[in-house]
Parts: sequence; structure tokens; C-alpha cells
Amino acid sequence: MIDHLFKRWVGDPALFLAVLLMTSFGVAMIYSAGVLNIPSPVTENAWIRQIQWAGIALVAFTVIRQIGARWIEWIAVPGYFGSVLLLVATLIWGTGSGTASGVNSFLAIGPVQFQPSELAKLATILALARYLGTRPEDPTTLRALVAPAAIVGVPLVLVILQPDLGTALSFAGILFAALFWAGTPIALLLLLVTPGVALVLSFDPRIWAVCFVLLIGALYLYRYRLFLVESLSVILASLVAGTIATPLWNSLADYQQNRILVYLDPSVDPRGAGYHVIQSMVAIGSGGPTGKGFTAGTQKRFDFLPEQHTDFIFSVIGEELGYLGTVLTLLLFAFILFRLVKMAEGEADPFAGLVIFGIFGAWLVHIFVNVGMTVGMVPVTGIPLPFVSYGGTFLLMSWVAVGVATKLAGENERSL
Amino acid sequence: MRVVHPHDRRRRATAALGIIAVVLGALAVQFFRVQMLQSTDYMLQSESNRLRPLPVAAPRGTIFDRNGKVIADNIPGYAILILTESRDATRGTLEGLKPLLGLSDEQTENVMARYRRHEPLVVDYDADFETVSTLQERREDLPGVVIEMRPKRRYNGGPAVAHALGYVNEITAEELSDPRFSEYEQGLLVGKVGIERQYEERLQGRRGVRYLEVDALGRIVGSLAGIEEGPGDPGEDIHLTLDLELMEWIHEIFPDSLAGAVIALDPADGGVLAMYSAPTFDPNAFVGELTPEEWGALESDPGKPLLNRTVMGLYPPGSTWKLAAAAIGLDRGVVGPDEFMEEPCTGGIVRGGEFRGCWEADGHGYLDLAGAIANSCNVYFYQLGERIGLDAMIEDGTRIGFAEQCGIDLPQESRGIFPESRDFWQRQFGYEPLDGEVLSVAIGQGPNSQTPLKMAQFYLALARDGSAPTPHLIANPDPTEDWRLDVTAEDIEVLREGLRGVTSPGGTAWYRTSLEHWEVLGKTGTSQNAQDTERPHAWFTGMAGPWGKDPEIVVVVLVEFGESGSQIAAPIMAKTADFYLRKQHGIEIDTIQTLQEHDAAGRLAPWARR
Repeated sequence: MIDHLFKRWVGDPALFLAVLLMTSFGVAMIYSAGVLNIPSPVTENAWIRQIQWAGIALVAFTVIRQIGARWIEWIAVPGYFGSVLLLVATLIWGTGSGTASGVNSFLAIGPVQFQPSELAKLATILALARYLGTRPEDPTTLRALVAPAAIVGVPLVLVILQPDLGTALSFAGILFAALFWAGTPIALLLLLVTPGVALVLSFDPRIWAVCFVLLIGALYLYRYRLFLVESLSVILASLVAGTIATPLWNSLADYQQNRILVYLDPSVDPRGAGYHVIQSMVAIGSGGPTGKGFTAGTQKRFDFLPEQHTDFIFSVIGEELGYLGTVLTLLLFAFILFRLVKMAEGEADPFAGLVIFGIFGAWLVHIFVNVGMTVGMVPVTGIPLPFVSYGGTFLLMSWVAVGVATKLAGENERSL
Repeated sequence: MRVVHPHDRRRRATAALGIIAVVLGALAVQFFRVQMLQSTDYMLQSESNRLRPLPVAAPRGTIFDRNGKVIADNIPGYAILILTESRDATRGTLEGLKPLLGLSDEQTENVMARYRRHEPLVVDYDADFETVSTLQERREDLPGVVIEMRPKRRYNGGPAVAHALGYVNEITAEELSDPRFSEYEQGLLVGKVGIERQYEERLQGRRGVRYLEVDALGRIVGSLAGIEEGPGDPGEDIHLTLDLELMEWIHEIFPDSLAGAVIALDPADGGVLAMYSAPTFDPNAFVGELTPEEWGALESDPGKPLLNRTVMGLYPPGSTWKLAAAAIGLDRGVVGPDEFMEEPCTGGIVRGGEFRGCWEADGHGYLDLAGAIANSCNVYFYQLGERIGLDAMIEDGTRIGFAEQCGIDLPQESRGIFPESRDFWQRQFGYEPLDGEVLSVAIGQGPNSQTPLKMAQFYLALARDGSAPTPHLIANPDPTEDWRLDVTAEDIEVLREGLRGVTSPGGTAWYRTSLEHWEVLGKTGTSQNAQDTERPHAWFTGMAGPWGKDPEIVVVVLVEFGESGSQIAAPIMAKTADFYLRKQHGIEIDTIQTLQEHDAAGRLAPWARR
């Protein structure tokens, strides 16, 4: 009986418990991140505020679970346009806040500050699912990808303008995950990425030339399975990307250029942009197999870690809980993602499946980019770790996403 | 609605699980490398992370004068810094320092405004020894306070060299955003004006680094030896053409109550021997931190002590400019050296129904060119101006460079004000000039204002063969093209003859410029100015050297509201030249120099050609 009630409340008990565990773990790590030799009022009580936000998030989760799935489907389109408007408003009136003070991603309404980009993420997932779910054909041609790309492209560009490259990346994750679930061939998705790869590679013309030849070769080999237009477009896009790379690079802000250069070699600037990566790697590496113990991280205590309660929370995990803690955390994330995939797999309704996969894509990018940057695998792009990093809007929206996903899944279970 | 077939869904879900495995697996592998394989390296680094790098200021380059005497060098000083992990910790420490250093609330805020994470915050650039020992005693209570020995700038000669050398002070936020200072960091001292600014990049050097060990409470335990430390590279020494002793001498003889400028050039290469502007200030006062009150007093002082009058001040050149008119006349061939003007000087002439007077109401009669210069006869120069004509006069005056800067190696220099064309009058005054304007221009009046430096460069040409290199302060500058007056050697001699008349027996400046060992040539000038119509500025522009030889020094003296060129400015010029020439020729320095001084002191002057 209680079991049944619990299931009605949370939808998917395994996912709920995993997410609740992750949130609690996050609060604990935020608490630890605030334990410094010389306490700072900003980080000291962050864990209390995070608990308050977690409470709000649970309430929101519960409310979402009471809303009908049809209503969620209905809200997709107006929600999308509303959040795009909010992003435009953020560009005009936005402010920085806390550790993200360099990026104008916050909008203040009265005393409450929130990040419209987090709202836009979920709204884009819903709108994209709504669009792809109602198409009669699978999006297997380049032309069929134009509209989905535009739906994601608009908020993505608005977020880049803030400029918040990390969040923009998660929008790309949403697009790719949803297209994948909608049936776009992986080969075509990979082709879509090649202009981006060409953009990066063109810094060395020789490597670029080799890859370009390989690309043409691959297209020739698979010529019977691809359309001519697609192939030509991709070749053209790669050429264009290779050409505009240099002017594009010059148009980046200094700090953005720095981050990319430092990603390639953190030691180029050990006191500037490379500082974050080096200090983070030192913290994680010195954690060793079992870590220095909860709240006992010395790198953290001496405040060598940057933004240790938000973007670099994983460095604290690595330093204090060691490789053991790292692997357990990654496994818990793997389980959460696994549950999402399983929910989507059991979902006959394309809208529900696409929404769940959009969430999957966004979180996968968040996890990979956030965790990867702490060990120098990915350039530093202020992007939070779901359920763990300090940050009200993101925690709330992540929980709302869980609510939406479980609700849509549960709805169909009954209707089928 | 399209329903995806369960088989398709299973296939895609499996692929998605594969992606999860690959992505998180890649992370796990990288963490394995960092946390398991390289863990010992990182543990070591984590230990050494308790060492805080502290930038060590490199000693600024020494500035030498032409004789190898030190004008600016460094002496040991103490700076007080705070080195902590966070803004709040810094603030806490600063609050603790406040009573010990006697900082006001405002000063505390100013210091905090400079705070930057992970960079030492300089609280006091120049702490006295007493403060330093107090802080040493209370070190335990003040976590993060570092007392750093750092070289401190010292200007030998102080006020005498203030304007030429400039001073150093902390780099401002504005300067940091300037591409010129892209390599600079907060807390550095940079040259603000003068030579210190001009040759900043050469003088600065490259800062070094020292490592401080921080204990578990964030307190500085001590400096850790043995770890890679770099003392940095000291700045480059630079050698100037200035003569420190000469500048100190000028500072001594320039009347304290008056404002003005003295500039001395070396005819050999245009090097600046002395550059002095009065009133002056002590650049050593800027080395520590100037209190806002001190700074305000300097800035709002009506005497404008911060203004370098030799290169920034613009003054009507008055009669000293008559030499330019004469040179133009000779060059154009409109007048011969021995030629008289049509009208003799009877105390003035009438032009356009207006009486234009000469300063000598009794008149000068007929004069040749040298005589007209010697007597500074306005009537002669009015007519010379008419012969040259307005257009030719402004064309040649512009060509000689009276509307330009000299291009001296200082960060700031005023452009001379001189009409480049007739449009000048239209632009400035709103009317078309009549040809009669040339009368004013010919005697150095009208729209004509020059810096003492520019006038010195013009007289430099007269002291040489008619060419004048760009005046410079750095020894051995990059060669630049000289400008030249288009006059022949004979014409130069005529012009010098005119100058000689001023300083020979019977000349207006003779009594106060006559020296035992040297021949002085020069021109007086009094220039009307708008600020005080009763008291004109006094000029004396001249040159001096051993009898019968080429001049070895060019000196221009301007005294604001000095009233009389011959009474006030001329003796300063003569005494400056005498000091320098005696030094050069190994003759003992004497404070009684001019004939007038000999008479006043009751000393015989058998050498005088009375």
C-alpha cells in the first residue's frame, strides 16, 4: 500500500531515489566546499540555501506530477516562445551573479534571481519533442533537420550571446539526443559534426587537408547510402568552416581564446586561465585512491580551488573522496542516465520518448563537460553538475525535468 | 501520431547505453590516470601549493647624466603587502593593520579597491622603519602580512630635475587597460611623466618571484629557500644629455618667487643640457604614496608646479622672434645686411592711419640689419615685414617649424601657435587678415606663441650653421633629419652680429650678461600677455662660448611676468652659460659672474670692456 502510494508520488522509484541521493550528496559536498581555513560568507552557508532550494524543487516535482501529461504537451509551444523572450530580456537586462559574475545569465524578478537559460533548456526539449513527435517521417535527410536545428538554434545563439558557451553546448546535446531518438542515422549526425571538427582542425592546415580528403573518401565509399545533397552540403560546410576559422577565432573574447589555449596546454598561463585547471587537477590527483577525507581537502581548505561549490564541485569530490568517490559518483550518474534510457525505451508515445531523450542529452553534456573540465579533458566552460553543483534554478529545473519525464512515462503506462 | 516500433526503440536504447558507457568510461579512465597513476606527483604539488609566489619588484634602471653622475637610482625601501586566500581574509587583515599604519576609512577602502584574488595587495609602498619594526613584533596577529624589501626610487637633485625626469607611481586601472602596458601587472610602479614615462619600458625591467610558505592557518611562516626563485631582471640603465650639476645650479639661481623656464642645448648635437621649470616640486615625494591632500595641493596650486613650462608653456616670443623675421628676409633676398629701410626710426611709423610705435620713443634713426637687431627696432622690422609680405612670412615661419612640435623625447610637448595660412585668422578670430597684419608678426606679436624649447631650437640653428637637430634628452638618440634655416654662413654671421650688439658695451643686456671668460650673444624679449597687461613676460634667448669661437651652449630663459628681458632673464642666461662653460673648460666656479655682480660685490673686473 505504502509502496503503491510512493510509486504514485514519484513515478519511477529507482530514478527518484537515485536523484534524491545525488541531491543529498550534492548538499554534503557543498557543505564541505564551504569548510575553509578562512571561512567566506559566500560559501559557508551555501549548503543551507541549497537545502532550501531542494525543498522547493521537491514541491515543484510533486506539483508537476499532478499536472496532466496533455497539459505538458500543450505548454510546449507557448513555453518555448516565452522562454526565448526571456532569453532576449536577459540579454538586455541580465546581470551576473555570484561565481558567474562574468556572464550576464541572470534575470532578477523582485528579490529572486534566476537563469532563464535553464528554463529555456526544458522548454526547448518540450518544443523539439513536440515538433519531431508529430512528423510523419523520420528525420533522415538534411532538409528534415533544418527545422529541429532552428528550434534549438534560436535559444542556443541567444545563450552564446550572454556569453555562456557551456549552456550552449548542452543545447547541442539536446538536439543530437532528440534527433538520435527520432531516428536520424548516426552517420548523418556524425556528418553534421564534421564542419565543427573542420573548424577546430583548420588551425593546422595540413591536418585539416588530410581530414578533408578522408571525409570526401568516406562520402564516396558510402555514396549509395547517402543523398547527394547531404554529401555536397557537408563538403561545402567543411570548406566554409575551414575558411572562417581564423576570423571566428579573432572575434572571440580574450578570455574565451584563453580558455581554449589553456585547454590545449594548461601550463601556458599557470596564474591566469590555466590556474583553474591546474589547481583542480592537483586537488583531484592528490586525492589518490581513497581521498583526504570528507571536509579535509587541503587544496580546497586553502581556497586554491576556483568556484569550488559550483562549477568545480567535482574537484572537491575527487580530492576528499578519492578515486573511489569519483567512480561511485560516476556510477550513480550512469544509473540515472540508464533509468532515463530505459524509460524512453518502454515509451511508445514519441513525444514522451523524445522529451526523455532530450533531458538525457542535456544531462550527458553537463556531466561530461563539467567533470571533464576538472581533469583537463574539456575546456573550462562554466557549466554546473546536475543535482550536485550549488545553484537554485538549475537544481529546481533538473527536478522539474525528472517530474516531467516520470509523468509522461507514467501517463502512457496507464493508457497502454 | 507516429509510433516508433519497439524493436527500433530497443536498438536505439542499446546504442544510448553504449554512449553512456563510453562517455563516463572515458572520464573514469582519465580520473584513473590522475588519481591512481599520477597521484604521487599531484600530492607533492598539493604540498608545495602551500607556497605562495610573491612577485619581487625588479630595480628600475638607473638614470645617468652626461658626466656619468646618477640622477635617479634606487635605495632599499619597505613595502607592506597582504597575501591571503580571499577577499574577506584580506579585509580582516587590513582592519588589523589600520590602527598600526594609521589608515583612514577612506584610505582603507582605496586599498581594498585594488584587491585581486591570488595577487598580493600592496597596502603601503614606502613604509618607514618604525612601522616595519612594529609590524614585525605583531606578526603573529596579522596573518598574511608580508614586509617586502623593494627598491625605492631616489632622485638626486630633487626639485632641480623634477620636470625633465618626471616621477613614478602606482599603475592605474586606466593604464592597465592601455595596450602599451599589456605586459604590466597591478601594483607595479610606472613612470608617469617626463623621462620616466618616455623610457618606461626600458627602465622597468622584469619582475622576479619569491616563494613564501603559508602555514595551516594561512599565516606566512617564512620565505622558502631552495625553490626556484628568480630575482628578475633589473631595468636598463639610461644615459641622458642632461648635466645634473648645471640643473642644480639653475635651481639655485632662479628667483624663488618667480615662475618660468630655462632650457640649455648643446650646439654639437642638440642634446638638452638643462631643463628647468619653476615653480617646481620634489619628485621624491611621489615615491611613497602621496596623500590626497598633498596631491590636491600640487594640482590646484595656482603656480602650476606640475607643469613643465619648457615644453608645455606657450608664450608670445616677442622680440626674440625678430631673428626669425630677419632670417626670412635674408633668405628671400628682400633685404641686404647693410641696407637701411626707407623710413628711419623716429619713434614710430603710421600705417593704415594708425600709429605703430617703436619701444624707443626718441627713435633709432637709420639702422642696418645688425643694428636693428641690436636695438630691437620695431620700425625697422615693420618695414622688413612689409617687404617680406604676409603670405611669405607665414609660409616661411611655418616651414621653419613654428606651428609644430620639436619632437623632443618627452611624452608631452605643446605645438607652437603660428598661422599656417590666412585661414588661421578666419578660424581663430573670424576675420580675413589685412596685409598689415605682417607688421605685428614681424616683431613677434600677433597670433604667435611658442614654447621655450622651440625658441631654443631656433637659436640652436643660429649657433650652428643654420641647421638644428631635434632636441633630445637621451644620449645617442636615433638620428633624425635636421631642419635648417635657408640662410648662408655669411647671413648667420650677420644675425650673430646683431645679437652681439645686444650684449656688447652699449647694448641693453651688456651690463648683466658680460662675463670674464666667455662671449655671450643674445636677444631680449618682452612679450605682452593677456593675464597681466602691466607685467609682460621676459625672454632672453642666447648662446655663449669662448671668445672668437663657435658657441658651446644655447640657453633660453623665460620668466613669467618678469617685465624686463635684460634685467631679469638675461642674467639667468649668462650665469647658466658661465657655470657650464667653466666646468667644461676646467675653470673654477665663481658665484660672482656677471659684470653687474662684480660691481655690486665691489669686485674689480679688469676684463670688462666698458
